[in-house]
Amino acid sequence: MTALANLFRTTAFKLSLAYLVIFSIGAGAVIGWVAWNVGRLLDEQIAATVEAEINGLSEQYSRGGIRIIVEVIERRTRQPGASLYLITNFAGQTIAGNIAALPPGVLDQPGVRETTYERQGEPGVERRALARIFLLPGGFRLLVGRDLDDREVLRRVIGRALLTSLFWLIVIGTLGGLLVARRVLRRVDAMNDSVQTIMHGDLSRRLPLAGANDELERLAINLNSMLDRIVELMAGLREVSDNIAHDLKTPLTRLRNRTEEALRTAKSPDEFRGALERNIEESDSLINIFNALLMIARLEAGSTFEGMQSFDAGQVARDLAELYEPVAEDAQMRIETDIADGLMVHGSRELIGQALANLIDNALKYGASPKPDLPSVVRVSARREGASIYLQIGDRGPGIAAAEREHVLGRFVRLEGSRSRPGSGLGLSLAAAVVRLHNGEIRIEDNAPGLLVTLVIPALAPVAGQSSSGADVKAESRNERGEKIEAEAGR
Amino acid sequence: MRRQAGTPGLPFVMKVRYMSGMRILIIEDDREAANYLTKSFREAGHLADLATDGLEGYAMAREGAYDVLIVDRMLPKLDGLSLIGGLREQKVETPVLILSALGQVDDRVKGLRAGGDDYLAKPYAFSELLARVEALVRRRPGGAGETTVLRIAGLELDRLAHTLTRDGKDIPLQPREYRLLEYLMRHAGQVVTRTMLLENVWDYHFDPQTNVIDVHISRLRSKIDKGFDPPLLHTIRGTGYMIRDSAR
Repeated sequence: MTALANLFRTTAFKLSLAYLVIFSIGAGAVIGWVAWNVGRLLDEQIAATVEAEINGLSEQYSRGGIRIIVEVIERRTRQPGASLYLITNFAGQTIAGNIAALPPGVLDQPGVRETTYERQGEPGVERRALARIFLLPGGFRLLVGRDLDDREVLRRVIGRALLTSLFWLIVIGTLGGLLVARRVLRRVDAMNDSVQTIMHGDLSRRLPLAGANDELERLAINLNSMLDRIVELMAGLREVSDNIAHDLKTPLTRLRNRTEEALRTAKSPDEFRGALERNIEESDSLINIFNALLMIARLEAGSTFEGMQSFDAGQVARDLAELYEPVAEDAQMRIETDIADGLMVHGSRELIGQALANLIDNALKYGASPKPDLPSVVRVSARREGASIYLQIGDRGPGIAAAEREHVLGRFVRLEGSRSRPGSGLGLSLAAAVVRLHNGEIRIEDNAPGLLVTLVIPALAPVAGQSSSGADVKAESRNERGEKIEAEAGR
Repeated sequence: MRRQAGTPGLPFVMKVRYMSGMRILIIEDDREAANYLTKSFREAGHLADLATDGLEGYAMAREGAYDVLIVDRMLPKLDGLSLIGGLREQKVETPVLILSALGQVDDRVKGLRAGGDDYLAKPYAFSELLARVEALVRRRPGGAGETTVLRIAGLELDRLAHTLTRDGKDIPLQPREYRLLEYLMRHAGQVVTRTMLLENVWDYHFDPQTNVIDVHISRLRSKIDKGFDPPLLHTIRGTGYMIRDSAR
């Protein structure tokens, strides 16, 4: 019972019902219109026939007088399915015809009218007729008419057809609606079951796919990819909390131990001061780690970001190469640049700058060439290819094994051997989050030898359009988010 | 230090008293943080008043002749950004430094758009805050920023000719070194932090993490101090740098 009630409540059924009502009204209207038109046509035909006969009779009257008409009428009334005739004298007495009785007063006014009558030989049976009354010279009245039985029959037939077809329409429509609803309901129920299992904790379950390329299928596919993303995020979250436990505990323990040690062993104010200063440094690095984590979380939440603007990504790359050049020199390394002009992008200059800074910083920290004959060069390049800007940082260091390249984008991941060196392990994942926010991608490749990190960001204006005005820029920005922020920034 | 122009109803006495320090209004609802700030500013020789909610802060900022306002973003009764917006509407142009627990790039943009002059994310080092507040008050029109030749001891930076000499000797500078030195000299006698340098010389606001700025400073130092006496470019431990004539 409830299953049937559920069936009636489905959207599919309600939609079918709504269409049924609309269709029934439409069908009724069409049939009614046809019936009305056919009736009118019949009436017109009858009127024309009657008119023709009257004309003929009146002509014969003018040629041969009343005697001829009576003769003609008597001859005609003997034929089966004949028209109705009646001719009376000035006193209203019947001279000839096949009509037994008429309602009083019908014969008084000449012209066309619908009336009841009784046929000769059928007393008591009232029929309907369309009749024309005509005055003949000499006070005679001539009535010519046609029985309307045909028309009535036609009306009844059409009315019955209308009712029958409506009945079947409703029966078939309701059944069809139920059938469609049941089909849809079954799939939705299956989806609901899966969702419930998933909500109860079995995140590995996925919605069943029917193999039809319809909207329910697309919904299921999208829900499945949403689930994939949720699983991914949860895994990320778990990894982060594990890593936080691991990576933050270490400096916190160090902080605590140092303080304790200072309390125990320090004698002079200078020694206390030194210990406190080291504590501050340690706290600062902890704060930095937290800030980076917050920033990544914020970027990955993908909320709208203030401060989006159009800027030359190449200029940012140039700035940062210049900023880090003395650092490279101190580390007996070199920064080479190969940066094209006019690499306009829409986004956050700060964030792209920070991402590049992290990458250059990494390259300088971990990208020193292990071989003496290979110079330690960090190459910063930027170019446009098609609709994308490629920002690349390549080093000549040990690189990252192919299997670990995907993994290295995760938070807090620090490859073996780098844990002892300074750094939070958040640089690459921050860069990845920045690129994602800009609808781009990050690639980690083999620089043969060394590591090559590429940030691919959607480009803005074509290189040819030198002075890209604000209007151009707006027209060029193709993602929705970009445009929205552009509009906000313009306020 | 000079009083900035544009604050209405400033009595003459204030100007005199001001010479000994800045008048700072701290608008912060966290008692402990507020007390720490007031105490630290007073120790640094400044006059610090405190307001503990947005409305009180707004009233005090409108009436009092402050050199600088330190405004927390999240305040009871009236939030920090609305407070600043209200003051700017009332043509109160006192420089404002926004303190915020939200240290994100876009929050900074929002803060500056609302009319703030500088932005500092919590947690911060007091030395960083002090350096920034002093720079804010100093940078007002009529300060050292407008002279064409900056001079400290024998060091002369000609901002029109873009040349640097020390004791009459030409010192060639890279464009970035020039801007770095110019910023330091415009804030001579003041502590300038690493992040302030990255912000004002390179125009990036992230935390440089490694010692990038230190390396640039040591390069600059080798150009302007090496072979000359006395040293002018000093490292302030744990905070940043200061250019100053130490002989005086």
